[in-house]
Amino acid sequence: MLVAVKGDAWNSSVFGGLGTNHMTALDSGPSTAPKTFFFNDPVIRGIVCQIVVAIILVSFIVWIIGNTAANLTAQNKTTGFDFLWKTAGFDISFTLLPWTRASIYWQAFLVGITNTLLVAFIGIVAATVLGFTIGIARLSSNFIVSSLATIYVETIRNIPLLLQLFFWYFAVLNTMPAVRESYELPLDSFINQRGIFVPKPMPDPQFAFVWIALLVAIAAVFGLRYWVIRRLETTGKRFPVFLTSVVVLVLLPAIVWLVSGADLAFEIPVLERFSFKGGVQLPPEFLALLFGLTIYTASFIAETVRGGIQAVSHGQTEAAQSLGLKEGDRLQLVIVPQAMRVIVPPLTSQYLNLTKNSSLGAAIGYPELVNVFSGTALNQTGRAIECIALTMLVYLTFSLLTSAIMNWYNARVSLVER
Amino acid sequence: MTNIGFVRSELIPAKPAPNRISGPMAWVQKNLFATPMDAVLTVFGMLFLLWIVPPLFNFVIGQAVGPSGTVEECRAVDAGACWAYIYNEMKFFIYGFFDIAEQWRPNIVFALGALLFVPLLIPKVPFKRVNAILFLLVYPAVSYILLAGGVFGLLEMPTQKWGGLLITLIISVVGITLSFPLGIVLALGRQSTLPVIKTLCVAFIELIRAVPLITILFMASIMLPLFMPQGTTMDKLLRALVGVTLFTSAYMAEVVRGGLQAIPRGQYEAGASLGLGYSQRMYFIILPQALKHVIPGIVNNFISLFKDTSLVYIVGMKDLLEAVKTKNDSALEWQSSNTATTGYLFAAMVFWIFCFSMSRYSIFMERRLNTGHKR
Amino acid sequence: MTQTSQTTADQVQSAKKAPAIGTRPAIEIIGMHKWYSDFHVLRDINLTVQDGERIVIAGPSGSGKSTLIRCVNRLEEHQEGQIIVNGVELTADLKRIDEVRREVGMVFQHFNLFPHLTILQNLTLAPIWVRGIPKVEAEATAMHYLERVKIPEQANKFPGQLSGGQQQRVAIARSLCMQPKIMLFDEPTSALDPEMVKEVLDVMISLAEEGMTMICVTHEMGFAHQVANRVIFMDQGQIIEQNEPEQFFFNPQHDRTKLFLSQILR
Repeated sequence: MLVAVKGDAWNSSVFGGLGTNHMTALDSGPSTAPKTFFFNDPVIRGIVCQIVVAIILVSFIVWIIGNTAANLTAQNKTTGFDFLWKTAGFDISFTLLPWTRASIYWQAFLVGITNTLLVAFIGIVAATVLGFTIGIARLSSNFIVSSLATIYVETIRNIPLLLQLFFWYFAVLNTMPAVRESYELPLDSFINQRGIFVPKPMPDPQFAFVWIALLVAIAAVFGLRYWVIRRLETTGKRFPVFLTSVVVLVLLPAIVWLVSGADLAFEIPVLERFSFKGGVQLPPEFLALLFGLTIYTASFIAETVRGGIQAVSHGQTEAAQSLGLKEGDRLQLVIVPQAMRVIVPPLTSQYLNLTKNSSLGAAIGYPELVNVFSGTALNQTGRAIECIALTMLVYLTFSLLTSAIMNWYNARVSLVER
Repeated sequence: MTNIGFVRSELIPAKPAPNRISGPMAWVQKNLFATPMDAVLTVFGMLFLLWIVPPLFNFVIGQAVGPSGTVEECRAVDAGACWAYIYNEMKFFIYGFFDIAEQWRPNIVFALGALLFVPLLIPKVPFKRVNAILFLLVYPAVSYILLAGGVFGLLEMPTQKWGGLLITLIISVVGITLSFPLGIVLALGRQSTLPVIKTLCVAFIELIRAVPLITILFMASIMLPLFMPQGTTMDKLLRALVGVTLFTSAYMAEVVRGGLQAIPRGQYEAGASLGLGYSQRMYFIILPQALKHVIPGIVNNFISLFKDTSLVYIVGMKDLLEAVKTKNDSALEWQSSNTATTGYLFAAMVFWIFCFSMSRYSIFMERRLNTGHKR
Repeated sequence: MTQTSQTTADQVQSAKKAPAIGTRPAIEIIGMHKWYSDFHVLRDINLTVQDGERIVIAGPSGSGKSTLIRCVNRLEEHQEGQIIVNGVELTADLKRIDEVRREVGMVFQHFNLFPHLTILQNLTLAPIWVRGIPKVEAEATAMHYLERVKIPEQANKFPGQLSGGQQQRVAIARSLCMQPKIMLFDEPTSALDPEMVKEVLDVMISLAEEGMTMICVTHEMGFAHQVANRVIFMDQGQIIEQNEPEQFFFNPQHDRTKLFLSQILR
């Protein structure tokens, strides 16, 4: 016991590792060892250490606050969040929420958040589709397909995202023709220097029935799947779920559309003197950011997917084969559920990365959170600390929410081991 | 019962495999046309290559204007990439505004760096410890004196004049070197049993990892000067370095933590049973093993950092990408429809070469470590 | 030869109380060759396994034993010759492969249980999805076989929670749930701790006693001696020698066999 106590003298310098745990556990038993010099007691040592660190940290913070206060007074600047309720008085080129120059700063904050979420959401969906396709393609036994996928991944992920954004924005979209010489795209769309103009769907009220029919069809597909599995488990009869699902999903809304006589009109963009009228305008900043984020993140998602599928050992495929499971069942019942456990956590962090990377939109003028709030609003109000803190708080919230969801997911799917 | 005994009298020698499983035809059959679906994919893949490769080749090489070309050639209707522009502006892309007469100084820094850094990467080269000390302690001092000047009769060269690839390399190398020890301290702190220290480390790591680098750089650029005592002016390069280092150290901490967790408990216990204290155990037993495990992770961090240096334009530094962008926008004498594309293509190639070779190196180390681990 | 073989045959009969071997061939392998790209792994394999026969394949590592039995349920593809399992010849035809795999169970060296499913789910997966057996019935069968391998109490645990020996017994039960006609064992005890080997072998012995057609690749020579009708010795991708266990172990003919036995039976 004495030896252990002596060992502990070394044991708890600044950081207690796993070893400390172990040794303290030994030490906590009934001991008749003579009392050592108080500083050799690991508990006291730990407390002293933490107090010292805390004191250093607090004095550092006090020092910074003092400096900042002095600097701000010298520059005649005030602090506080009161500016959030003042009129912003600047324009934002692209908003989902109503915005005028008379709007106030916290509305600008919300506009920034929604613009960030908009590009992040669309980007995540697109990058997932592209990334899964390319990840699976990399594993293809077809030499050309797997080579193309490999070239894509190795090229894209080794070039900075900002450079790719610049490329899309300055080298591609900015060199599009002026409005009057717009290129015509299929489906009555146009592309020019101001971005892409697409027709705007103008459904009449009757069209709501079609949406309802679609929801019903989706519910029916889930019900069908449940019923098919139940039937398989009771009678052993199989049923072509996939084909039936597709038919239901297409036919039901189509029939309702025809029967209800709902009308879906499109407002087609029309070239006027200087600009297009009608339709939806997708500005080049938005498009460049979306392309860049999607293409860049897809290369990382592809690697995640490939790793996940490869992580399921070949023995699993063989075991499933030797049980006589067919390829489709093998994937659905054995491989995919295991691969998904490996894929989902890094996939989520890629989603988070995409959201964080959307802040690079600031460099090409897309009005997302950093651009609107840490850029324009900060410059106009001079409230640097407040603006940057609020911006960081938003990203921190995204991150904490995601990791909470992930923890829940991991706890749910983690393999039970001894 | 029939006699089932059987003894082979003569061994069968190996025969060559039938043609359909080896040889070029078998390869084509297996890799390109194994199933009807494969055949369709192969045809589509070929069509895609036919569609994309010729124009790409024409742009980059076929119809490109070589280094000795003129701007008029670049402005021709069917001209490809304008390499003459890159060739003429190359010095700016590498050194920024560094005085042309003094550019031998960064050249020495580049050469010295390569000389000291390359042997560090090759596992077989001896004297790693001396090499590392030279690279980490002596080299930065020598480089700083050479680049900044002002002593030994060297012309003073303020950091605002540094730029281009020089800045990209400085920020990434300094950033990774400083964030490494900081990351180790944070990782150890995160595993601590002392609640105050653990909480601080976790909070720092998670906060930094939650926010985009761009906001950290905003902070370094705008808030850092506010935090300093009145009258102190902070060099822009220094601000960028502080931001980048803090950012990278949080990621580095997570990499190191992975390595620490991979070390079996028995190692800690064996160290303790020998009577080694905490810091001795860490220094002699745990960290050497853990860090070796995470070399690939560290290299991957370095790749990310190298790409992320392109963001330091926020604090007003002209790194490689920003230098290219500046020239694209401002070099009126080289204005043509392909100038911007060529500029970005050039920058992309430079970044790609660096990042790709690093990622190959990381794979090489991973293989080496894996086999070393198994046997 | 005839003299000894007669006496050994008697001994075998008494020692094994094994049911009679059928005369219908369960597996026929005729002039089979296999290459891994340019490496000739299996050379001119000829082997007929009668219904109810129990065969042990022995040989040094890399001799092609595992590859041979993996060819029997087409986990590996052969390039020349024929493999006929239960009257169905294995070709690239997926239908036939499915047909064969339904009737042939396989037990792996590393168990290959599905770690994300409970033991019971591991056992009922294939009966439900391949055989179309109602779930209730499949679960009853699964419990029956779990009892046979003596671990019914583990039904709702996950594979990771079981010891190696238990996992391997589950893997055997998983194959049995498909009611196979033939069982293949690919070094089932090699990855186990010594004290767990017996519990797995006991299960295999009891299977043998019921007359299951079995091919085992194993290094357990005691097991081979006790249950096999025939021991096959392979080296360099070919069958070097085959005989009844008594003859094989105590009167090996080929030098290579003698050398192998002298190293393994010390």
